[in-house]
Amino acid sequence: MHMLPETQTADTTARGDVSRRDFLKLSSGLGIGLLLEFSLLGTACSKLGIGSKQEFTPNAFIHIDQDGVVTIVAHKVEMGQGTYTSMPMLIAEELEVDVSKVKLQHAPPDDKAYGDALLGAQITGGSTSVRGAWKPLREAGARARMMLIQVAADEWKVRPETCYAENGEVVHQPTGRRVPYGDLVEKAARLPAPTAVTLKDPKDFKIIGKPVHRLDAPSKVNGTAEFGIDVKVPDMKIATVSASPVFGGKLVSVDDSEAKKIQGFQQVIKLDNAVAVIADHMWAAKQGLAALKITWDDGEHAGFSSTSLRADIAKASEAKGAVAKKTGNAPGIIAAADKKLEAVYELPFLAHATMEPINCTVHVQDDGCDIWVGTQVPVVAQMVAAQLTGLAQDKVRIHNHLLGGGFGRRLEVDSVAQAVLIAKQVNFPVKVVWSREEDIQHDMYRPYYYDRISAAIDEHGNPEAWQHHITGSSIMARFFPAAVKDGVDPDAVEGATDLQYAVPNVYVDYVRHEPPLPTAFWRGVGPTHNIFVVESFIDELAAHAGKDPVEYRLALLKNAPRAKAVLEMAAEKANWFSPLSAPAKGKAGKGVSVLFAFGTYIAQVVELEVDADQQVRVKKVVCVVDCGYTVNPDTVRAQMEGGIMFGITGALWGEIHFDQGRVQESNFHNYRMMRMNEAPVVEVHLVPSQENPGGIGEPGTSAVMPAVANAVFAATGKRVRKLPIATALTTA
Amino acid sequence: MITLNVNGDQHDLDVTDDTPILWALRDVVGLTGTKFGCGMSLCGACTVHLDGKPIRSCVTPLSAASGKEITTIEGIGASELGKRVQDAWIEQEVVQCGYCQSGQIMSAVALLKENAAPSDQDIDNAMSGNICRCATYARIRSAIKLAAGQPAAKEA
Repeated sequence: MHMLPETQTADTTARGDVSRRDFLKLSSGLGIGLLLEFSLLGTACSKLGIGSKQEFTPNAFIHIDQDGVVTIVAHKVEMGQGTYTSMPMLIAEELEVDVSKVKLQHAPPDDKAYGDALLGAQITGGSTSVRGAWKPLREAGARARMMLIQVAADEWKVRPETCYAENGEVVHQPTGRRVPYGDLVEKAARLPAPTAVTLKDPKDFKIIGKPVHRLDAPSKVNGTAEFGIDVKVPDMKIATVSASPVFGGKLVSVDDSEAKKIQGFQQVIKLDNAVAVIADHMWAAKQGLAALKITWDDGEHAGFSSTSLRADIAKASEAKGAVAKKTGNAPGIIAAADKKLEAVYELPFLAHATMEPINCTVHVQDDGCDIWVGTQVPVVAQMVAAQLTGLAQDKVRIHNHLLGGGFGRRLEVDSVAQAVLIAKQVNFPVKVVWSREEDIQHDMYRPYYYDRISAAIDEHGNPEAWQHHITGSSIMARFFPAAVKDGVDPDAVEGATDLQYAVPNVYVDYVRHEPPLPTAFWRGVGPTHNIFVVESFIDELAAHAGKDPVEYRLALLKNAPRAKAVLEMAAEKANWFSPLSAPAKGKAGKGVSVLFAFGTYIAQVVELEVDADQQVRVKKVVCVVDCGYTVNPDTVRAQMEGGIMFGITGALWGEIHFDQGRVQESNFHNYRMMRMNEAPVVEVHLVPSQENPGGIGEPGTSAVMPAVANAVFAATGKRVRKLPIATALTTA
Repeated sequence: MITLNVNGDQHDLDVTDDTPILWALRDVVGLTGTKFGCGMSLCGACTVHLDGKPIRSCVTPLSAASGKEITTIEGIGASELGKRVQDAWIEQEVVQCGYCQSGQIMSAVALLKENAAPSDQDIDNAMSGNICRCATYARIRSAIKLAAGQPAAKEA
């Protein structure tokens, strides 16, 4: 993949005149020095050409030059999920070009041009990319194709209906005449974009649904891929930081007398809550930081611990919550029921631990600010930098990069803000790189959740009433407050309110409880929390009824045909009804889960063994996915494989502990990651579907956690209601 | 001045000889394909070859490279085996975010140099020091087998 230098909007300030064009300055990476005017998607196109070449930029996503080279502007960032291949596939399908030959460019920050249809802003997250872009990007490709055909038809003085496009050329059907796109771009650039557009019938797809090699793979196997941490800017120095070890603490003083002796040391930068050492290279910065004598004011949070945090949230959960879902009279029926089941489920704080440690490179100058970073939220990064520098937003240029993992961590701009505050104090570009210890100990953590769940059970053992009382931090209240309505955080209850099982009385409510530490989204967001609780509890109900976990679920999925279908298929593919052979030592078990989230249906069957030391080894996961239309089938498989192992890692071992207001974990020796020798076989089956696409980056993670816990129950008889599993099995 | 031999090129570096090879490569020589992941030899992202043997460059000082040849991900494709492994990675669609893959490939090439037909156990032994947060492990295994000329799939 050729990643070109990013485009920059020269004027992105808010303006009332929506018909006004955004200006796009194309950098020299396109081989020209043009200032091109491009229109928003779906509006009329015009352009301003400077220089000898005229080129075709019919919308914010597509650029075709006179050599026929197609450049696609990637409005979603690549963090492993395959979006830098799937988005070009959508465009190329309708544009009729060879997707393996397109060039890609990171999009500049611009909510209007590049906002996600589902999220309303230029954000990569929530497994939305294909869902949001499915129609708009195909339409963008189709419009451009129609314009190119129009030019060719005009040249040949034939009707456009007698022409078609193929592999970057327009062909006149009756005569077989052909003309490459490059020869048409100059005139196409002067045409208005068509208002009506007809998309291909899916049966005619040539690219969508077919396996396409990832466009980013070649650069990622030879060391040329540029992640944010790899940025090289002239005169750049390297900084590394230490923030107050206690959340909310302040810097009192720094003694740098020893640090000054280190070769390559440049200077110390003081922030309210952190210290940075700037040096010629990271080693000198690290040594310099270690040599500082820092005095902190720990502030008001120096006392909390994992124990006190848990006590606080348990107490908070005694409150009545904001009602998220109410069908029938579940609380009344459960209170009066003869037969009922009640449980408390707890999920721990989690760090993200992206393989690429947090970093951000900033150059603040009097008249502008450049930021080189891999971010899921380029517009937010731009806004924050504008606020901190006092510059106009359009004077902040965000140069986005490949992300060495996101998982929600790079939806946050805390580190961008910190890097700007450091860079403001110097007159050269500075790359701020966090150590792994800083990354683990100053993450924004997946919240602790404390869920009380109960059901009234009818004479058949089925839930007649279901009550799910959720307590935890509201990430949305900070991230996107407008989404929180009447006290209900839609993320905190996602996966709980849209129960697929036929239960006549359902009540879900939510208590917001904020811990004294920052919280943030983590892969699978709401469903990773709630599907664990729901699918564990439904398993408890099946066991209580003395029924097989799959048969029990199938009977309750009578109104959810797609959920039922994936479960039936998973049971078949995993030979659910055949007993596992006994392991050489320890115990074996199978567990199941069903998920509907992100527009996708998944059923998983986990096979695992628990040895005499209570160590869990997941052997195999069978995963059946119905995510509607698949754009790149192998990407769906890859996201399931990786998402599942990410989820197993979290379910088995993931937990961040606190003592004296400080995070106790610091690196991979005590924040454990799954490794090659622990990786299960993951078998993915895709259900052919004509439904609209669902998300695939996250649901594999959300679905697997309860399947693992349910398999542990099958193997040991121990119901894990408090993650992580390893701790639950060894301390009970 | 310290002289470092990287991918066949000599570099004279004005840094102390306790500087880890990782930071010398990334911040002084300017070869950023070798990645920083943990700084404690826990994740393998920084793996390079020192005279053909895999080392964790985040904890190996420049003094250890004196008179020796370092090979990084930028140079590994020059060898027939390195190229074969890179091609297998693409063929098996291994990469996701890709950040750890430089280290994975360097570890895999080192394995195949010593053992042309590794078993699953051999692969586990050689590769378990390399963390992949995207968990591309099954495909790494398949790619190693492909590069070794073996059937790619691991039986359940």
